Amino acid sequence: MTRIVFQARGLSKVYGDGELAVHALRGVDMELHAGEMVVLLGASGSGKSTLLNILGGLDSASSGTVRYGDMELSQASERQLTRYRRHHVGFVFQFYNLIASLTALENVAVATEISTNPMDPADALALVDLGSRGHHFPAELSGGEQQRVAIARAIAKQPAVLLCDEPTGALDSKTGVRVLQALAKVNQELGTATVIITHNAGIAAMADRVITLSDGRISEVRHNQSRVDPAGLSW
Amino acid sequence: MNWLSVLDRKLLRELSHLRGQVLAIALVVAGGIAVCVMSLVNYASLSETRSHYYRQHGFADVFVDLTRAPRHLLAQVRELDGVASAEVRVQSSLRLQLDGFPDPVSGRVLSLPDQGEAALHRLFLRAGRLPDARRSDEVVVIGSFAEAHNLKPGDSLGAIINGRWQTLRIVGVAESPEFIYVIPPGSMLPDYQRYAILWMSERALAAAMDMQGAFNNVLLALQPGVREQLVIDQLDQLFRRYGSTGAYGRDDHASDRFLSEELAQLRTMALLFPTILMSVAVFLINVVVGRLVATQRDVIAVLKAFGYSNLQVSVHFGKLVSLIMLLGIVLGVIGGLALARALSGIYIEYFRFPTLLFSVPLAQTLLVAVIGLLAGLGGAYGALRRAFRLSPAAAMGPEPPPLYRRAWLEPVLGMIRFSQPDRMILRGIERRPLRSLMSVLGIAMATAIIVLGTFQFAAINLIVHSQFARVQQEDMTVTLVSPRTVSAAYELASIDGVRAVESSLAVAVRLRSGHRSWRLGLIGLQPDAQLTLRVDTQLERIALPEKGLLLTEFLLEELQVRPGDSLTVEWLDGSGEQSEVTVAGGSREFVGVGAWMSLPELQRLRGRGAEINQLQLAIDPQMRNAVLAALQDRPLVAGVSERQAMLTAFNDTIGRTFLTYTFFIALLGGVIAFGVIYNTVRISLAERGRELASLRVIGYRPSEVDHILLGELALLLLPGIPLGWLIGQQLAWLLVRLMESELYRIPLIFPAQTLGLAATVVILSAILSGMVAVRRVAKLDLIDVLKTRE
Repeated sequence: MTRIVFQARGLSKVYGDGELAVHALRGVDMELHAGEMVVLLGASGSGKSTLLNILGGLDSASSGTVRYGDMELSQASERQLTRYRRHHVGFVFQFYNLIASLTALENVAVATEISTNPMDPADALALVDLGSRGHHFPAELSGGEQQRVAIARAIAKQPAVLLCDEPTGALDSKTGVRVLQALAKVNQELGTATVIITHNAGIAAMADRVITLSDGRISEVRHNQSRVDPAGLSW
Repeated sequence: MNWLSVLDRKLLRELSHLRGQVLAIALVVAGGIAVCVMSLVNYASLSETRSHYYRQHGFADVFVDLTRAPRHLLAQVRELDGVASAEVRVQSSLRLQLDGFPDPVSGRVLSLPDQGEAALHRLFLRAGRLPDARRSDEVVVIGSFAEAHNLKPGDSLGAIINGRWQTLRIVGVAESPEFIYVIPPGSMLPDYQRYAILWMSERALAAAMDMQGAFNNVLLALQPGVREQLVIDQLDQLFRRYGSTGAYGRDDHASDRFLSEELAQLRTMALLFPTILMSVAVFLINVVVGRLVATQRDVIAVLKAFGYSNLQVSVHFGKLVSLIMLLGIVLGVIGGLALARALSGIYIEYFRFPTLLFSVPLAQTLLVAVIGLLAGLGGAYGALRRAFRLSPAAAMGPEPPPLYRRAWLEPVLGMIRFSQPDRMILRGIERRPLRSLMSVLGIAMATAIIVLGTFQFAAINLIVHSQFARVQQEDMTVTLVSPRTVSAAYELASIDGVRAVESSLAVAVRLRSGHRSWRLGLIGLQPDAQLTLRVDTQLERIALPEKGLLLTEFLLEELQVRPGDSLTVEWLDGSGEQSEVTVAGGSREFVGVGAWMSLPELQRLRGRGAEINQLQLAIDPQMRNAVLAALQDRPLVAGVSERQAMLTAFNDTIGRTFLTYTFFIALLGGVIAFGVIYNTVRISLAERGRELASLRVIGYRPSEVDHILLGELALLLLPGIPLGWLIGQQLAWLLVRLMESELYRIPLIFPAQTLGLAATVVILSAILSGMVAVRRVAKLDLIDVLKTRE
C-alpha cells in the first residue's frame, strides 16, 4: 500500500449548541493515500464540504483527530494552518475565485510566489491546456477556462493534496468534462492525491475510491476496479 | 416595527449594518452644516443684537467733534434738513489712577444731560444709577473697565481732567451703543484694564473743562431715507468756525466699523467652509451608495420581479441617502447651535452688548438643511439611476466579473518585477481611475482643511514677531495733552530710567483719492527714528522717505493708489485746509492701518512750527514703575501706552478668538480625513473580500493580505497629501483675501510644522482606518466567502 497522506479518526463537527446544534460530521474515519483519486459523494448537508474544509485546514473539528504526515491538524494554530495551506494543499472551488485584476498566468503566480518548490506558472497552465491563454484576464475567459486556471493555480505549488469542492458545479457537462480531464491529468502526471466533492454520481467512475457520506457519516466506500477516462463521462 | 413597510425595515437594518460608514459620512456632513449654522446664527444674533441695541438706546447716524461751540447752536442743528434728533455733549480725554494698579490708565469722559434722558446714546445701566447733576464728583463707568478692576458703585477713582486732579465717586456701571468695541483712540485693540470710559453730568464736566454754555461733540439721528452726505455737508458748513474735525457717519465710527468687519467675516465663513465640507460629503455618499446598489443587485431584481416599480426601488435607496444626510444635518444643526452658544460667550466679552440676543435664522437654517439633502441625493444620483435602470433578468445573474484589460499601466508592470499582490493594487487603482482620483481628492481636501485651519498658528506668530519685535521697539508711547516743542522730549529724557526718547507728531486727517477716503492719524516720525520702524514684506527696515507718505499696503489698496500717485490730505483740525501729498511707498504691516511721513516734512506742511505731541521711550525694564510714576506726575502727559500691554491685549483678543476657531477647523479636518479614508478602506475591503479570502486559502498570511489593502491606501495617500498641501495653500490665500480687514491681515506662510501637522493627522486617520481593515481581514470567514456566489 502507498503512503498515507491523511488520516482522520472519529472526526465530528458540531455547529451551534443546545437545541440549535447541527451535527455536520458524526465520527468519520478515513485515510487518503499518496497519488490517490477520491470522489466524495453525498446529498446537500451530508457533511462532505465540512470534511473537505477540515482536511484543507480551513475549519477545525469539534472532536477527533486529523493527521497530515507528522502534523496534527486538529491541534494546529492559525499560523501553522496558514503555513500548511501555503505549502501542502491546493484548493479548487465551485466558483473559481480567481483574482479579477490578475491575468491567468499571474493568478497562478500568486500561488507560486509564496511557495518553496513551485512549478513554472506557464508549465502549470500548459498542464491544463491553457498555455496560450496566459495573458488573458478572468473576464476574458469562459467558465471552464477559469476553472482550469484555478486548477493550475492550485497545483502549481506542487501540493501533496488537491481538494476540489464541486469543481464542475457551475459548468455544463461538456465544459465540466474538460475540467475533470485536467484534474485526472494532474493526478496522473504529478501524483497529487486528489479529493473531489460532488453530488453528481456520474463523476464517481473516474476515481480510485468513492466515499459516500450521508447525515455526517460514511455510509459507503467503494473501490473502482479501473478508473474511467473523464472523456467517457456525461451527466 | 409593524407600522414600517418591509422595505423600510430592510433600510433600517442596512443602516445599522453600515453604521461605521454611515457615521463617518454623517460626521463630515455635520461638520459642514455645523460651521454654516454656527456662522449664520452668530451673524443673525450679532446683527439682531446690534440693531436692537442701536434702536433701543438711540445710536447716532452722524458725529461731529469740534473745539468749542456755543450751546445755542443746537437749535440750528435740529433745524438742519434731514435731522431727526440731535444731542450736544462735552467730552474730554482723562487720566485715571487706581490704588494698587501702577500702570497708566487713560480714558474718555462724556457728558450726560443734567435733566431727563439723552435723546441719543442713552446708557444701559448694569448697576447703580445715573449721576446727580447737583453733585460734581459722581460718575458712571463703562462695564469693561469696571469688570477689569472689579469696580462697584460706591468706589472712588483719582482722575486728571483738563490738567486738574479730582476724586470721582462711581454711582453706576453702564454700557453705551457707541462703545460696543472699546478701543483707545489710535489703537486697534481693546485694553479693558488701561482704557476707561466715564460719564458725568454736563454741569460737572463743563465746570471741570471750563465749557459752561458750550459743547465740543454733536450726535445726530437722521430722518429715514436721508442721504448722510447731505447732512454732513451742512454740518461742516455750520461748524467750520468752531474747530470741527469734520462730520462723519457710522462708517468712520470705530466701534460700529469693527463690528461690521466681524459680521462680514462671519458671512464669509458661513459660505466658504460648508462648501468645502459638503463637496467631500457628496463624494462619500456617491461612493458608498454606489457600492451598496452593486451589492444589492439580486435584491433589486427580486423586488422588481415581484412588481415593485423602478420608482419604488429608487425611492428606497433615496431614503437611505436621505437618512444618512438627515443624521448629519441634525447632528450639524445641534453642533452648530452649541458652537454658536459657546462663541457667543466670547463675543459678549469682546463686544460690550447689554445682552446678546440669540437669534436662529430658521429660514436660512432650513435652506442649508435642504441644500445638504439635495447635495447628498445629487451625490447618489448615479447609483440611484443604476438601480432604476437594472432589468430584473440582468440583476438576477451575478454581477459580471470586473473587466480588466491590458491598459496603459501594462508596459510599466512589465518593466518592473512586481509581486502579484502589488499588481492587484496597481491594477485596482488603474481600473477605477475616477474613483481613485476621488479618493485622492478626498484625502487632499482633508489635508487642505487642516492646513487651512492650522497655518494661522504660524501666521499669528509672525504677526506678533513683526509687530511687537520689529515694528514697535519702543517700550512706551507718551501722548501729550497738547502739542509742544521738542523741549518736551528733553524733559522726559531727564527721567531716571529713560534710555532714549524720540519725538513724533500724530495729526487727525482724512486721506482722499477720488471718491475713496480714509480717516486716520497721520504720524510724523524722526527721519532717524530707531524705536519705531516701518518694514517691507521681508520684515526689513524701510527708510522713511524725505518727502511724501508711506502707507500700509492695505491702505494703498483701499485708496487705490500707487507710489508716485498724489493724495489729498484733509487736516481734521477745524481749519478746513488740505494739502496734496505724493505717495512715496508702502509698508507691510499685519496689524492696523497707518500713514507716516518724515516729521520735519509734516511740520512744514502743517505750518505750525516744530511741534510734537507723541514721544516714544525706551526704558530700563528694572525702572518701569519709577518711570511710570514720574510720567504720572507730569501735567504735559495725557496718556501712556506700553508695548507689553498691547501684546497682551493682542493675545487676549484676536489670538484667542482665532485659535479657538482654528482648533475647531483642524478637528474637522481630522474628522473628514477619517471619514474619507475609513470609507475608502471599507469599500475596498468589501469589493476585494472574495479575492482576499482566496489568497488566505492559498496560504497567504493575514499580514500579506493586509499589505494589499494598506498598500492601496498608501498609494492614495502619497499623492493625496502633497496635493492637499497645495489646495490648502490656495484655500488659505482665498481665506486671507476674504478675511482681510483694517484690524489685521494674516500673512501667508506655511512652515514645515504646518504641513507636517496636516500630514500627521491624515496619516493617523489612515492608521486608524487601516487597523479596522486589519481586524476585518483577521476575521475573514474563508469558507463563507468562497462558497457563495458573488
